[in-house]
Amino acid sequence: MIVALIGVIALVSVNALFLIWMERKVAAHIQLRPGPMEVGYHGALQTVADALKLMGKELITPDEVDRPVYLLAPIIIFLPVLVLFLVIPFSPNLIIRDLNVGILLIFAFSSLTVLSILMAGWSSNNKYSVFGAIRSIAQNIAYEIPLLITAMSIILMVGSFKLTDIVAAQDKVWFVVIQPLAFLLYIICATAETNRAPFDIPEAESELVAGFHTEYSGMRFGLFFLAEYTNMFVVSAVATVLFLGGWRGWILPPVVWFLIKVYAIIFLIMWFRWTFPRLRFDQLITFAWKVLIPLAFVNLLVTALAIKLF
Amino acid sequence: MMLEPGIEEKTFYLNLGPQHPSTHGVLRILLEMDGEFIANSEPVIGYGHRAHEKMAELRTYQQYLPNLGRVDYLHALAYNHGYCLAVERLAGIEVPERAEFIRVITSELNRIASHLLWFGAYLLDLGAFTPFLYCFDDRENVVDILDRVTGSRLTYCYFRFGGVRDDIDDEFIAGCRAFITRLRSRWQDYDDLVTKNVIFINRTRDVGIITPEQALKYGVTGPCLRGSGIPYDIRRSEPYSVYPLFDFEIPIGERGDIMDRYVVRLCEMEQSLRIIEQALDKLPNGPIMAEKVPKRLKPAEGEVYAAVESGRGEFGTYIVSKGDTKPYRIKLRVPSFSNLSIISELIKDTLVADMVAILGSFDLVIPEVDR
Amino acid sequence: MVAYFREMFVGLWSLVAGMAVTIRYFVRPIVTVQYPRQKLTMTPKYRGHIELIMDPETNTHRCTACGMCVRTCPSSLITVEGVKVKKKKLPVKHVIDYSYCSLCGLCVEVCPTNALKFSNEYRLAGYQRQDMVIDLMARLDAERATVGLPPLPIPTPESEEETTSAEEKA
Repeated sequence: MIVALIGVIALVSVNALFLIWMERKVAAHIQLRPGPMEVGYHGALQTVADALKLMGKELITPDEVDRPVYLLAPIIIFLPVLVLFLVIPFSPNLIIRDLNVGILLIFAFSSLTVLSILMAGWSSNNKYSVFGAIRSIAQNIAYEIPLLITAMSIILMVGSFKLTDIVAAQDKVWFVVIQPLAFLLYIICATAETNRAPFDIPEAESELVAGFHTEYSGMRFGLFFLAEYTNMFVVSAVATVLFLGGWRGWILPPVVWFLIKVYAIIFLIMWFRWTFPRLRFDQLITFAWKVLIPLAFVNLLVTALAIKLF
Repeated sequence: MMLEPGIEEKTFYLNLGPQHPSTHGVLRILLEMDGEFIANSEPVIGYGHRAHEKMAELRTYQQYLPNLGRVDYLHALAYNHGYCLAVERLAGIEVPERAEFIRVITSELNRIASHLLWFGAYLLDLGAFTPFLYCFDDRENVVDILDRVTGSRLTYCYFRFGGVRDDIDDEFIAGCRAFITRLRSRWQDYDDLVTKNVIFINRTRDVGIITPEQALKYGVTGPCLRGSGIPYDIRRSEPYSVYPLFDFEIPIGERGDIMDRYVVRLCEMEQSLRIIEQALDKLPNGPIMAEKVPKRLKPAEGEVYAAVESGRGEFGTYIVSKGDTKPYRIKLRVPSFSNLSIISELIKDTLVADMVAILGSFDLVIPEVDR
Repeated sequence: MVAYFREMFVGLWSLVAGMAVTIRYFVRPIVTVQYPRQKLTMTPKYRGHIELIMDPETNTHRCTACGMCVRTCPSSLITVEGVKVKKKKLPVKHVIDYSYCSLCGLCVEVCPTNALKFSNEYRLAGYQRQDMVIDLMARLDAERATVGLPPLPIPTPESEEETTSAEEKA
């Protein structure tokens, strides 16, 4: 178990460092510039240097904050993320605990993120932070519903919450082929769940400066940052399991296939970010309740009907 | 500041600026918020005050030239032009035709640079990062072309009383023509990436509507006025320089919302390209400086007002001369200042996100407001 | 109902079109320059700080320390001191405080002997204000050294009274 924990922490940090580098490279090349080039080969070690700098920074605690809550928030955002890795099946053997409610565990713990955002925003005693926190809660509630419903249509087809069972059910054809609408809805909701652009309303920098983490500095801010990228990895991993056949592939070992698919989805999410402008807050909520949720329900009903008929 | 304390406790104050990512400078807007809605607001200006008008009283006419490029650094050549125009009218200096053509070409190039920068920075306000870099790629071309003839890349000090400082060469003309083709090939990409984007349309359609009456009441000029459907452009309504020789349109909007202002600016860039093209075709030979411009300029006693169309609207220079080498008083009528005055009325009862979108759509240059 | 789906599809299509643009740019070559490693050449008319022209015939400057540039400078950042040598005035000191310069070019235009030009120097960062004070005579000496000439001799006045500061005169 301890080995597993160390493994997870190592994976989380390396993955976050890689993703930040990847994000910067993707952004740079979309914008016709090279991105980080100085530290390491093509700036590969740039994020390591940045992380070291972040650790060396002074942790500033403003006077008027609600201290216990303020200090707890970065920890609360990070812990559930570690738990999520318990059930992700990287390959048939490489899975820490193959729980029979795996997918439920992931959705349950990933909703905890919003609690910590609320704590951070409220305790910071900053108007911009409160705005960010309130927006974040409304957004997460609105987008969790379609996210769960789309996942439910897959679970209906498989008949199990177990992630390995879901992968096993895709031995002939990936679910993305059968359920393209569900895949699209899932990707949109996942982007919103991880507060990524164009749904980055809680930290909309041109309006709220930095949103809920305005008052955090040093490694406390680093933890929020780390959690964001790890969350991105988790939602992409779940998308891979649900729609892209998990570790399934040819020639290359299963783990490699799994990671290729995960990073492909992450690239897609990054591609969104560097293309679209940000939605307005009320449009975002309207979009969730008037478009995504009805579509998700229709998709679920059609799936249920199809299962009943055939 | 001027606002009354909240009548009910449900409102609170939010200080937007002077250091805030979307005020583009040191503008502060005091907002009285009712949740995410703005109940009242008050722009507070003056953080970047540099006393440009007072400086003019202490300097000779020539010595004031470099100041103009710093009032509005984004469309510096229009400011050069406006001031030179006023002094030339005051002192009765005739500008040779070639110099006028060069003035128009460089000034229109600068207008494109200014609009491109607005386009990019505005998308940045709305949360899209990438168009900003694409615009800067294009803008870099303009700046390179202007660098070749004016010697600087931002705060130009190129126009002189009676002409321009340096002549343009063939490489400049070739660069201009290459740039015209290049920018025209980019419109399609900008359309696909931004103009047709459903998120962008939702953010800008029917948001921040300026009615024509409001615009006239507040003295709004430039693309903001034309977005409201009033075809007022100094280049047409009070022609200066050689603008009457060229065939170009004044794009106007219908509804007066942000989208209309955006479309007006994009169309204006295309019209500027047309003007440059025609000017390059008709470019006459001849001197670039008027003869007999005295080194110590001493205009006769009198007053003069000259207006030019800058990227943001009407830029007017009002000079009072007492027959000295230094102006007695200079008043700069800057478009951003008048355009900013309408903001309180527009952002009442809108969301913070809309406020940012509306503020950005004015294309404010804060040093110009503060002077 | 039809309008609802129509709107959705048009919206989705516009997003896909936008993504097509960015992915096309993604594979294009980059347009920026990695500055300290790659450098762009400045255009001939680029305005750096001013410097004295080295006359190719005499290998010296053409400055007569008349003080026109001192008087015309809007920021009064030029200091020129000259002495009279054989009824001809020569500068002993020509210093600019570049940190106040707005690069308007009035000094270059006003110079009666065309002794000034803009340099192509663009790397102008310093650790203190004093670094921005540029001695134009020293720069000319450095330029003379590149063609193998010794520094200009400092002109000595024939009598003490004739030493005048152009600045004072202005």
